[in-house]
Amino acid sequence: MSSGFSVFRVGISFVIMCSFYMPTVDSLLELSPQKYFSTLQPGKASLAYFCQADSPRTSVFLEELNEAVRPLQDYGISVAKVNCVKEEISRYCGKEKDLMKAYLFKGNILLREFPTDTLFDVNAIVAHVLFALLFNEVKYITNLEDLQNIENALKGKANIIFSYVRAIGIPEHRAVMEAAFVYGTTYQFVLTTEIALLESLGSEDVEYAHLYFFHCKLVLDLTQQCRRTLMEQPLTTLNIHLFIKTMKAPLLTEVAEDPQQVSTVHLQLGLPLVFIVSQQATYEADRRTAEWVAWRLLGKAGVLLLLRDSLEVNIPQHANVVFKRAEKGVPVEFLVLHDVDLIISHVEHNTHIEEIQEDEDDDMEGPDIDVQDDEVAETVFRDRKRKLPLELTVELTEETFNATVMASDSIVLFYAGWQAVSMAFLQSYVDVAVKLKGTSTMLLTRINCADWSDVCTKQNVTEFPILKMYKKGENPVSYAGMLGTKDLLKFIQLNRISYPVNITSIQEAEEYLSGELYKDLISYSSVSVLGLFSPTMTTAKEDFSEAGNDLKGYVITGIYSEEDVLLLSNKYAASLPALLLARHTEGKIESIPLAITRAEDIVQIVTDALLEMFPEITVENLPSYFRLQKPLLILFSDGSINPQYKKAILTLVKQKYLDSLTPCWLNLKNTPVGRRILRAYFDPLPPLPVLVLVNLHSGGQVFAFPSDQAIIEENLVLWLKKLEAGLENHITILPAQEWKPPLPAYDFLSMMDAATSQHSTRKIPKCMKETDVQENDKEQHEDKSAVRKEPIETLRIKHWNRSNWFKEAEKSFRHDKELCSKVN
Amino acid sequence: MGLSAAAPLWGPPGLLLAIALHPALSVPPRRDYCVLGAGPAGLQMAYFLQRAGRDYEVFERAPRPGSFFTRYPRHRKLISINKRYTGKANAEFNLRHDWNSLLSHDRRLLFRHYSRAYFPDARDMVRYLGDFADTLGLRVQYNTTIAHVTLDKDRRAWNGHYFILTDQKGQVHQCSVLLVATGLSVPNQVDFPGSENVEGYESVSIDPEDFIGQNVLILGRGNSAFETAENILGVTNFIHMLSRSRVRLSWATHYVGDLRAINNGLLDTYQLKSLDGLLESDLRDLAILKDSKGKFHVTLKFFLEEASTNQSADAITLPQDDNDNFAMRVPYDRVIRCLGWNFDFSIFNKSLRLNSGNAFGKKYPLIRASYESKGSRGLFILGTASHSVDYRKSAGGFIHGFRYTVRAVHRLLEHRHHSVAWPATELPITQLTSSIVRRVNEASGLYQMFGVLADVILLKENAMAFEYLEEFPIQMLAQLETLTGRKARHGLFVINMEYGRNFSGPDKDVFFDDRSVGHTEDAWQSNFLHPVIYYYRYLPTEQEVRFRPAHWPLPRPTAIHHIVEDFLTDWTAPIGHILPLRRFLENCLDTDLRSFYAESCFLFALTRQKLPPFCQQGYLRMQGLVSTESLRQHRVESRLLRDDAPMGRDLEDSSQHPGDQELLGAPLAPGPLAQSLDSNKEEL
Repeated sequence: MSSGFSVFRVGISFVIMCSFYMPTVDSLLELSPQKYFSTLQPGKASLAYFCQADSPRTSVFLEELNEAVRPLQDYGISVAKVNCVKEEISRYCGKEKDLMKAYLFKGNILLREFPTDTLFDVNAIVAHVLFALLFNEVKYITNLEDLQNIENALKGKANIIFSYVRAIGIPEHRAVMEAAFVYGTTYQFVLTTEIALLESLGSEDVEYAHLYFFHCKLVLDLTQQCRRTLMEQPLTTLNIHLFIKTMKAPLLTEVAEDPQQVSTVHLQLGLPLVFIVSQQATYEADRRTAEWVAWRLLGKAGVLLLLRDSLEVNIPQHANVVFKRAEKGVPVEFLVLHDVDLIISHVEHNTHIEEIQEDEDDDMEGPDIDVQDDEVAETVFRDRKRKLPLELTVELTEETFNATVMASDSIVLFYAGWQAVSMAFLQSYVDVAVKLKGTSTMLLTRINCADWSDVCTKQNVTEFPILKMYKKGENPVSYAGMLGTKDLLKFIQLNRISYPVNITSIQEAEEYLSGELYKDLISYSSVSVLGLFSPTMTTAKEDFSEAGNDLKGYVITGIYSEEDVLLLSNKYAASLPALLLARHTEGKIESIPLAITRAEDIVQIVTDALLEMFPEITVENLPSYFRLQKPLLILFSDGSINPQYKKAILTLVKQKYLDSLTPCWLNLKNTPVGRRILRAYFDPLPPLPVLVLVNLHSGGQVFAFPSDQAIIEENLVLWLKKLEAGLENHITILPAQEWKPPLPAYDFLSMMDAATSQHSTRKIPKCMKETDVQENDKEQHEDKSAVRKEPIETLRIKHWNRSNWFKEAEKSFRHDKELCSKVN
Repeated sequence: MGLSAAAPLWGPPGLLLAIALHPALSVPPRRDYCVLGAGPAGLQMAYFLQRAGRDYEVFERAPRPGSFFTRYPRHRKLISINKRYTGKANAEFNLRHDWNSLLSHDRRLLFRHYSRAYFPDARDMVRYLGDFADTLGLRVQYNTTIAHVTLDKDRRAWNGHYFILTDQKGQVHQCSVLLVATGLSVPNQVDFPGSENVEGYESVSIDPEDFIGQNVLILGRGNSAFETAENILGVTNFIHMLSRSRVRLSWATHYVGDLRAINNGLLDTYQLKSLDGLLESDLRDLAILKDSKGKFHVTLKFFLEEASTNQSADAITLPQDDNDNFAMRVPYDRVIRCLGWNFDFSIFNKSLRLNSGNAFGKKYPLIRASYESKGSRGLFILGTASHSVDYRKSAGGFIHGFRYTVRAVHRLLEHRHHSVAWPATELPITQLTSSIVRRVNEASGLYQMFGVLADVILLKENAMAFEYLEEFPIQMLAQLETLTGRKARHGLFVINMEYGRNFSGPDKDVFFDDRSVGHTEDAWQSNFLHPVIYYYRYLPTEQEVRFRPAHWPLPRPTAIHHIVEDFLTDWTAPIGHILPLRRFLENCLDTDLRSFYAESCFLFALTRQKLPPFCQQGYLRMQGLVSTESLRQHRVESRLLRDDAPMGRDLEDSSQHPGDQELLGAPLAPGPLAQSLDSNKEEL
């Protein structure tokens, strides 16, 4: 294992040496009160759970407590279950069973009492106990003033590790406490659970735990603020440790040797190195640049100043930056980057590959390939025990299928009980059923194809999930929309009537266009389409009817072809045949001429017409705009869009400046994932709103409209012209990597080979006659069992997960303890 | 002609006469397909031909289908299980445990409607086969014994020749394709001195009364021998059983043709020293002598040859004369031969070149893995007689096996003669894992015909889609393109079911400790029947198939995956079964086959130039999977998936593999983009 961990271990084992000299016990001790109190030793912490002797032997709490024995022992804290027997009344023994509590003693002084429900799991137990013991090392605060006071007090003296966790006792809290146990004497730990405090520091995503390193030791001027570095990894003991390690490393190092040979603690931690190439002449300026870069990359990469003049190896003449990845054997990259932002973005886009290198004598293991990394599978699995109100949908079987779909208009969900995607969609389907409960004429049904395979095959269902609508006298229709509640609900609601609707009078047509006619439906289809035909246009009408049928469930379509159709076409300045498009939200009616076209062309025309000029882009509608294959011009807005911006962009649209682009805006309130998109484009995040041009389909460059300019037409036009002329620099380029397998698979073929070669070395080659076969079989069999018994460790792709890490850590603890005893 | 010229008025009747006489005189009736035998295999083939609307005829010697079962097994108990309840509704799955039904679309034609017995009576089978033929309206010519089959070369014929069948009445039938489903009908007789003293299984009394107080020697050690012994075990003095090789128990060999536990009562009494016994010796070395009292003595052929002919039994040397503890020194009252059956080669003309196989398969005609005779094109062997393909390996000699191989032959014929490609489903690559999981969990053909029929997945260009072919005879893998009409240009997967390599065998202890494997990383050591997936970059050649490694059903693949054996044969565990399978497929195809919620696809669409297949084939086509509130909650809560939480961290996080957990955080986490697979691919 990398040397990075050893400090951590030494730290812990140091504590252990001082405070831990009880024999290691893995399981929970059970003692009588008298016995228990006799074991307490001065200065030594002990957690005891008092319970009635006749209470059940096992409970959830006891299981968790049992699990906490090991980790607490590692911190020198013993754990015991004290059985309150009648003869020995102790005041810690509660009167009733449910009043039992756990008590933390130091020596024989009572430090804290815990109701068992605060110690809800092993994390809570460890967190609470350490929290009580490290009362001085970890300051708990609730407001900004407290934080400022601590900050001021420590300026020039010590650094602060400030963390916010959602609640006391959760795993993040435990991680912070474990770190405090090791580093509490070096750094001042400050903890809060107040979300407002975190917000006042300007943090994003406040629902997550946060950890900041306040660089206060460097601050000499008391009016100056301490610099802060946010830890970006999730809060775990190990991440915190690694983070602190990088904070401790020198900010900037000067080197004058071959970058290929240079190694710092960063490389061992899996972080890359950035060398800023400097020459004598520009040394001062380079150093300033390098320091600035170093602050920006703190915790992400190591930054070094490479002195070219005193260097023996050659580096390319123009290169001003050298990038060294953490992996061994990867050659360094020589780069020419003229902007510090480019250095930052280069690092950020190249650090996914980082990997802690294996130490030769310590086998570091890869990520666990047995751990689920499919978000759908994982969430469905986690949700498996929740009972869905499935009774709202009718479960079909082979016997009932035909009768049901013949008898009533039905929606059938074909799914497979073992398939995660199916089961995720089933939840949306059930949600729809809940929403429609008692109101729909459509029967919602489902059939599990894992059971009724033949029915599904007969219905031509070969993949899952599939949703089909069965209406009397019509061919079944497969649903082709988003697999989610909203779109499915729309599909079902719009299908209450059949399309295209036959409109028979001018008045009805006007009602239809105004949205009056289908008032209850237009909330599902913001556009109504009306085809206008003179009565003789039979083929055109047929084509339109077919198109209307294809579009059913997605948009409302109607047809008007009475003798007086000209009245309508004249009114809306359309020449027959034509489509009228009523946009209900905007109250506008457009007309589109319909030259002789086939049904699929009409579908395309309508689909295109549904697109807006300047839409709010959402998870649901992105695909319809994405397929236009144009660069997206996105205005990111925190909340509703400023009408002035909207007006500016719409003006540009009308003036045809944006024809080659898809202008849109994104409301971060409605689409919170937009924040993660912004973070991929920017570092640091600029103030909102921000306008970006993303060239998704060719090159992946992202350009940002300068945030110091106002979003007004003139500025936009100028910017667009500069873009076109290639005068603007992109802020980042979207990664173009292919989607490769996230993790390797078990290589059974080589495992089999390894087993065979082991086997064949033992076997003496000989001519085999048929009679020998049996004998040989036997031999192989024996060999195989031999193979089975040998450790196949080398064949396995080993596991690396949390429990293993702790096991590893424990191993080393024990090792350290052995050393202790020898010293003692 | 003279007639018509002389009397024009007679013309019409004369012409009618000529037409009526025409077939009888010149061209015999011609069929595209002729099926010999209306047993289970013949009827099964007739069913497929009928469904496909082909021109066919079945010829059956008896007046009703399944004549074999009217007499055999002699003691009327079938040893093919009739499992009526499995706890599952899936009809395809249930066929895994239904050994008697033929395949059809008609649910009424399932054997469980014909018998309630777990080991049903043979009469129910006869009734079932009769109903099968009648209900489906299969074209069977009963009471027609085909006495002779010969070949007529004709360049216009499908196969360059017609098969000419002559029945007992001299009626001739001409067939383009001949499908022989006559089973094994000739009792196997071993020739040795005294073999005339031996009674055959086919005719021996089945009344236990006839065996009271007798010493009985049974030759043979198959199910018929034990069935015979079982019947008389309680009334004889003792029964000795003699055969060349040691007894093979089907629960040790996993071969249903070996001795089934239902028949092995005698083993029990032998091992408990109840006078019954088993002996091993080659029958061809023996001789049986009848002494003056009509008792039979076992001796060696060698002694018989020493002595001059015509000597009385009493004078010939017996083994016990030299070796007084010779096991078979007691005289027997009866010797019964239960040595199985052979294929009836006698009706086939030499020109057909229908020969018997080698040492092991002497009783079977020699055929290819496509069930076509090696001697003449267009002649296929179906049913029990086709068992040489998988003798002592799989179930091809039994109804629950050959009903699938018959279907495979029919699919080959459909392509060869009617340009109907092997049925296949084309699906997007995102359905790859699911389609395999579905099949390995329900397919009965894969399960029954393990090692013989396997599913094949043919990848399309760029591996964005695939075709799924079911139950292809894997020994013909090299000829897949010509046999199926499908193209295998971009790599393929083969899904086979296998027992552990060294698990099965007559001398194996199949109950050893640690016989089952539970960990996915040990899946390759699985012993019980489990799915194995082979990946080939290119279709293997005939050479590669023929010279494949010993004990391998297929040539060495580019990569292999074992789905770990499962006690319930339910391979749907998300972590134990599906996840490792997905990783295997991903690494073969060098892509990411995970599924993503629409929100993740949205993020990828705006922050990457490329999208994973699931987002391409779903989300971008406006069919993204939108997560519900509770699932979204789990996504946030699951710390494994923190990166995909709606308000998650930055892009680096999102690209990280969710499985990296928090311990090593970013450093250990090769993201889908970052993962360098080159090294791994080379290993593969």
